[in-house]
Amino acid sequence: MLKQEDRIFKNLYNDLGSSLNDSFKRDDWSNTKELISKGKEWIINEVKLSELRGRGGAGFPTGVKWSFAPKKVGSRPHYLIINADESEPGTCKDRDIMRFEPQKLIEGCLITAYAVNAHKCYIYIRGEYTKEGEYLQKAIDEAYEKNLIGKNACNSGWDLDIYIHYGAGAYICGEETALLESLEGNKGQPRLKPPFPALVGLYGCPTIVNNVETIAVVPTILRRGAKWFASLGRPKNTGTKIFCISGNVNKPCNVEEEMGISLKDLIEKHAGGVIGGWENLQAVIPGGSSMPLIPKASCDTLKMDFDSLVAEKSGLGTAGVIVINKDQDILKCMARIARFYKHESCGQCTPCREGSGWMWRILERAAKGEATHKDIDLLSDVTKQIEGHTICAFGEGSAWPVQGLLRHFRKEIDKRCYSEPIIKKRKNIPYLVDQHLLEK
Amino acid sequence: MPKITVNNKEIEFENGMTVLQACELAGAEIPRFCYHERLSIAGNCRMCLVEMEKSSKPIASCAMPATEGMKIKTNTEKVEKARKGVMEFLLANHPLDCPVCDQGGECDLQDQSLYYGFDKSRFKENKRKVKDKYMGPLIKTIMTRCIHCTRCVRFATEVAGVTEIGAIGRGENMEITTFLEKSMESELSANVIDLCPVGALTSKPYAFEARPWELKKTETIDVMDAVGSNIRVDTYGWEVKRVLPRLNEEINDEWISDKTRYACDGLLKQRIDKPFKRENGKLIECSWDEALNIVGSKIKETDKNQIGFHAGDMLSMETINSLKEFAKKLSIPNYEFREKPLYLNSDNKMNYIFNSSIKGIEESDCIVLIGTNPRHEATMLNARIRKAFVAKKIPIISFGDPGDLTYDYTNAGNSTEDIKKLLNKENETSKILLNSKKPIIIIGESALELKSAKFILQGIKKFLKENNFINENWNAFNVLLQNASSVGAIDLGFFEKDNSFNFFNKLKNNEFKLLYFIGSDNLDFIKSNEFIIYQGSHGDRMAQIADVILPSPAYTEQNGLFINLEGRLQKSNKSTYPPGSSKEDWKIFNLILNNLEEDEKFKNFVELRTDTISKIKNHTDFDLLPKKTIQDLKFESGSLINEPIYVNEIDYYFSNSIARSSKTMSDCRAARSKKLNKITGS
Repeated sequence: MLKQEDRIFKNLYNDLGSSLNDSFKRDDWSNTKELISKGKEWIINEVKLSELRGRGGAGFPTGVKWSFAPKKVGSRPHYLIINADESEPGTCKDRDIMRFEPQKLIEGCLITAYAVNAHKCYIYIRGEYTKEGEYLQKAIDEAYEKNLIGKNACNSGWDLDIYIHYGAGAYICGEETALLESLEGNKGQPRLKPPFPALVGLYGCPTIVNNVETIAVVPTILRRGAKWFASLGRPKNTGTKIFCISGNVNKPCNVEEEMGISLKDLIEKHAGGVIGGWENLQAVIPGGSSMPLIPKASCDTLKMDFDSLVAEKSGLGTAGVIVINKDQDILKCMARIARFYKHESCGQCTPCREGSGWMWRILERAAKGEATHKDIDLLSDVTKQIEGHTICAFGEGSAWPVQGLLRHFRKEIDKRCYSEPIIKKRKNIPYLVDQHLLEK
Repeated sequence: MPKITVNNKEIEFENGMTVLQACELAGAEIPRFCYHERLSIAGNCRMCLVEMEKSSKPIASCAMPATEGMKIKTNTEKVEKARKGVMEFLLANHPLDCPVCDQGGECDLQDQSLYYGFDKSRFKENKRKVKDKYMGPLIKTIMTRCIHCTRCVRFATEVAGVTEIGAIGRGENMEITTFLEKSMESELSANVIDLCPVGALTSKPYAFEARPWELKKTETIDVMDAVGSNIRVDTYGWEVKRVLPRLNEEINDEWISDKTRYACDGLLKQRIDKPFKRENGKLIECSWDEALNIVGSKIKETDKNQIGFHAGDMLSMETINSLKEFAKKLSIPNYEFREKPLYLNSDNKMNYIFNSSIKGIEESDCIVLIGTNPRHEATMLNARIRKAFVAKKIPIISFGDPGDLTYDYTNAGNSTEDIKKLLNKENETSKILLNSKKPIIIIGESALELKSAKFILQGIKKFLKENNFINENWNAFNVLLQNASSVGAIDLGFFEKDNSFNFFNKLKNNEFKLLYFIGSDNLDFIKSNEFIIYQGSHGDRMAQIADVILPSPAYTEQNGLFINLEGRLQKSNKSTYPPGSSKEDWKIFNLILNNLEEDEKFKNFVELRTDTISKIKNHTDFDLLPKKTIQDLKFESGSLINEPIYVNEIDYYFSNSIARSSKTMSDCRAARSKKLNKITGS
């Protein structure tokens, strides 16, 4: 269990108040000027030493990402963008940071903006988070009032303006380049990489895009030292992380824990255990809906960090732990996730546009017991034809959950399927339309 | 040069190339749908995936810049699998209606699925149906076939400069549409038909007309304007079924205007197929002999000074040459090709051509338009200006108001006084001009029509020469003529060189007794007592008032030479035969000469062509620019009259007799004017 003093987000449950004055009590903004005065090199180096990995899902080392930005500002300005488009099903950590610990985020923005030479910071917030946006805006206003940001922020000599931009509710706009497109006012569709945003980003200018949680932990890392942060967790999987536990648990919650905590501890100690007891556990999706699920057998000893989960052919993702117990029909669950991805595919590139709907339709049939064994083989092929062939990681995100299902629950699926008869009856299968389209 | 290894073969490539281009250099074919050389890179079809060393995923070769030392493989199992996968996805929701699809036979999807796809479909779900969209009278849409490559969207926004096509919806519900269900307001709109790799956007007028493999294809050039776009004419029997662009980077890239493409149905309608004579106010059919007798006797009995010849806008140089020789033989002094009294100076070839060349526009860093609307007068040239504008955001300045040109320009004044200010270096434009390295000044016909035309033309020439913008490497002086026959006719001297406009005065005062119009329909003329002979292909304006009509072939039906506005000599080839008893123009002149018992000058076509080429000024070779003549330039001074510069509005879709006979063109015109009415509320 993480010690109370090692917690970064002490006000995750809003026991201590989220206003600026309350934040001061939690050491926010206590020595920002001093931190900034140590210089860009020091900040980036410290973050590199802390081995902080991006909390948005991909787990890319943050310090390394910052060092990709040009060292000197050329003809084009630099931008810092905070990705608060938290749309991954099962994830709600950024929401609580924005509501209860907004000053940590804002202070992080200032330090990061200084480190990457940006004077403008955009917080791209999910369209559905209107209330959260209001809280955050209030916090930003408070910070402006105290001159913590704005012209000569914190007397550090650095100017920073923070703007909130609301998305329109598209999952894909959480992908960094689609986010940039959306921010520029275009249709939210991912860009081709290379060039990477660090060199050619918003309006063609160097841009650093980071997740809310990543930025919010930066001030504490700098304040308490990279060594402290690196001492938590395991090498290359350091620090603390907010886990969001949902699904069939007695007490769904957000909790900040050390990286590498065992899954069993996480569920038993923080979320009040699986409904029906640990033995009733069927599977866990460890990192938001786009990560492959892990069956009970592997859950007993599972450590929750980037590399351990990769070894289990899954991933930490956003650390949105979705617990599925044996009362659930796993096929239906995955069909529902597939439907989500079908609905959220941006439609730009072929494999994802055509494949995500195809996967959903086969899964939906399989869940109803209307699929043949051959269909399931086809489904497996389809996931492999999507994976790695798309512009952005959405392709993997939609294919991996299905692959996970096929990897671990093939027997259950096969039980429900039938073999294709040699003489086929002509059946008229109606075109499966998404529910929301029918309701119109 | 940097090196790249493709399939273990090391090759050199140029910096800035993509992996796809480098692979092509190495001879490795890469399938693609969304990639197009002349459009921005979208990378969304995922068909061009190749394997790159040190990359776990296959990469989209069209989007990946090639770099030194890359190792690419295009023939591995992984690549083949990726292609098969993408192909299967593309075909999943693509209807299997190839037998009734107009794209059949020239469909990228069809061709590539044969080479890279599965042999059968595993997609058992029902297929997606997408509602068809309205895109105007030229583009037929069957959107279920769309594979969302977005080539059309990119063409419309980048090349045509109209942001009217886009994608709405997302995921599998994404649809390509014109936002307001209206026709695309561009003269280049139909190029999206060529760009569409599938049968989603096909040609409406050509729908269900023919299959590509049963058409006879002739490479020729276009005569709808003076640009001389390179085209391919597809014929079935004698009918011209369609006109397609041919790649020529010097002139039209690989686009053509809608008029070039779709005026071809005018070649089937309103055709004059037999000689006619007027009797009791009515035109009745007659034999060639009869018609020639009437023409012969009329010419014989009329005073030569009272006979006028006028050559039309789409005549080949051979026709004009034979016509001039014909006039010479009969010692007829009045001949003209201009449709309006334009100031022309033919002392030097430089004075009436587009010297900077169309390709040169891309190098330019400042463009000044004087009394011209290139969008309507030379659509492909305008596309080039837009290309330069998009690439470099060059300043474009106009004297006179041409309206929407698909790019931003500033208006520097609408009167001749403003041009004087430019020449005296008194205004902003002259500063921009003098600061540029490769400026272009384009003088249009609307400016040449002015009373101060001589002042403008000579003044600009002098200004440019003095500031060293006319030199060995760059010639900033350009005249934009509108008709395909114009430059050729000037070269052959088929007009009054003293710019006294006697012909027009006589025409206006009805001083002619006999008028002989050869393919000429655009002349502003009110008939009184003249005897009119019309020789041409279409029953248009002049044929209506003619007393004798002699049928001759249209531009697709005879061989000919045309010089485009740059002075480039190009061959137009006979792609089909004329209807009825039409005879080639030069042969008709010979027949008339025979009738008058005179010797014919040209015995055969080869003789005629050789003679014509010998008369071309600064001739170099076919398809090449003429020799430069910037030495010993003469400068004359013209008088300045303060007058406004109007840019004459052209009835774009009705600018010549073929276009006026075309149903498609009149549909386009109606669609466009309907929109105008809506805007103005009339």
